[in-house]
Amino acid sequence: MTTNPFILDAECLHKAFGGLMAISDLSFKVREGEIKSVIGPNGAGKTTLFNLITGVHPASSGKIHFQGKPINGLKPHVIARLGISRTFQTVELFSQMTVLENVMVGCHPRSRAGLFSSGFRLPHMRKEEKWIRDQSFEILKLGSLLGRADLPAGSLPLGEQKTLEVLRALATGPKLILLDEPAAGLNEVETQKMADLLYSIRDSGVTILLVEHDMSLVMKVSDEILVINYGEKIAEGPPAQIQNDQKVIEAYLGGEALLCLN
Amino acid sequence: MGKNNYLKLLVMAAIIAVVPLIVSGDYHLSILVFMGINCMVVVGLSLLMGYAGQISLGHAAFFGIGAYSTGILTTQFGLSIYAAFLCGILFSSLVAVIIGIPALRLQGHYLAIATLGIGEIIYIIFNEMVGLTGGPSGLSNIPAFHVGGYPFSHSIQYYYLVWGALLVILWFSLNLIHSRVGRALKAMHGSEVAAGAMGINLSAYKIQIFVLSAIYASIAGSIYAHFVSFIAPNNFAFMNSIMFLMMGVVGGLHNIWGAVMGASLMTFLPEYLRVFKEFDILIYGAILLAILLFMPEGFLEGIPMLYRKYFKRGEA
Repeated sequence: MTTNPFILDAECLHKAFGGLMAISDLSFKVREGEIKSVIGPNGAGKTTLFNLITGVHPASSGKIHFQGKPINGLKPHVIARLGISRTFQTVELFSQMTVLENVMVGCHPRSRAGLFSSGFRLPHMRKEEKWIRDQSFEILKLGSLLGRADLPAGSLPLGEQKTLEVLRALATGPKLILLDEPAAGLNEVETQKMADLLYSIRDSGVTILLVEHDMSLVMKVSDEILVINYGEKIAEGPPAQIQNDQKVIEAYLGGEALLCLN
Repeated sequence: MGKNNYLKLLVMAAIIAVVPLIVSGDYHLSILVFMGINCMVVVGLSLLMGYAGQISLGHAAFFGIGAYSTGILTTQFGLSIYAAFLCGILFSSLVAVIIGIPALRLQGHYLAIATLGIGEIIYIIFNEMVGLTGGPSGLSNIPAFHVGGYPFSHSIQYYYLVWGALLVILWFSLNLIHSRVGRALKAMHGSEVAAGAMGINLSAYKIQIFVLSAIYASIAGSIYAHFVSFIAPNNFAFMNSIMFLMMGVVGGLHNIWGAVMGASLMTFLPEYLRVFKEFDILIYGAILLAILLFMPEGFLEGIPMLYRKYFKRGEA
């Protein structure tokens, strides 16, 4: 196999919920090692797109290839094990569990102990358990959440919950990480921290697909941007090009606003 | 599993060893045997419901499968008790897998109704397969449990058997909770989408834990059959499933120790309320109601919570 520069390749994706076309004829590629953002007005289909890639919803038609292999129709946990991890728009932490335990759950795809070896605490399970714990502490360090390790995840302020979700996704050892509005509801300082975290994730060799409404963050961190509206691609390219794209401005401000501006 | 839980297990082992020095008489000891049997079933329910978040309203059926398996195999097929025990475990696991694969696709109320229906079907089978089970009139002359040819002739032997087995089950369960598997179960209970995104195979874990809880119930059922030597379908009817559930809820299902406490209290209570004669049911009901109203988390966590609320107000 020749080296493929694209880690994710979506072809002619369609997704209909009843009569509503959430995604229609969407094709795009994600280059390995880049930060690619998906933007678009509310209801444009960004989260639906994430749900298609991670297998939460099956696509009505179209193909998704991850590292050259088709992943359509696979279950979410299988896709996660292949190396695609994600966060959620509305925080989906295991709020009753501690911060540390949340990250430890994230280590699930990289560990194997089953019911039997866990119940009897066999030696290899204990070794693995120690590895999971050490690994999780390392990951907590990345997001400066070490001091919060033993608190219930639900008790953290929103900014830290968002960070924890990213860390938990990172713990799965992904090659591609999908972040759904990681900066929503964060203040400026927290957003800056999130940007730093994104850079350090990318620098560790993980490709990022980002959905975000904070335009200054998107323009700053993205290598490439995909703009969708009503489930269709309206533009794709580097930030500088997107900022001046007529169709994008129209989608965001509305056709009429554009007329008024003229 | 944490030093705390090892300590609790040790304390429990010590209590188990000491109790027979204080309690004597067949009646009291047999209540303790039933207590241990109930604990076993409810610990399984706690794993299934409290940790994995899957409801079962038909666990008396697995209790019954364990009881009838050893009962039938030892009386009618002349199998040794140990082989019969093992067959009971295998058979209930098999039934749990066959039932679990379709049923655990359902969620919430639907799963509750499905398990209720399955419990009822198995109850009907116990009643109707007269040739094997003896039908409504029951199966009698189930031999006593024995070790190395020495049959158990006294409740005290069953007492040690049941509580010893329960200790092992508790050790296994506590290990499980404090492991990768236990975290996966709790994660699944917290958010199924997020658990799936973490690579957790939801349906596989649901089945595994359903089977494990069925095995616990089956072991309890087998011991029960040898202890009472006579079983009838009524011992495994719907009300018994509800009773197991109730024991867990009263003690607190999301904590293994709560399940143990709940099962113990609910076995013990009706026996000792008999001094109130015809009022016993009333008092029993009132106690249950009070626990559920004031301690919806179960009394193991509810009592300290109420204590903090009413006696330490100023310090908070």
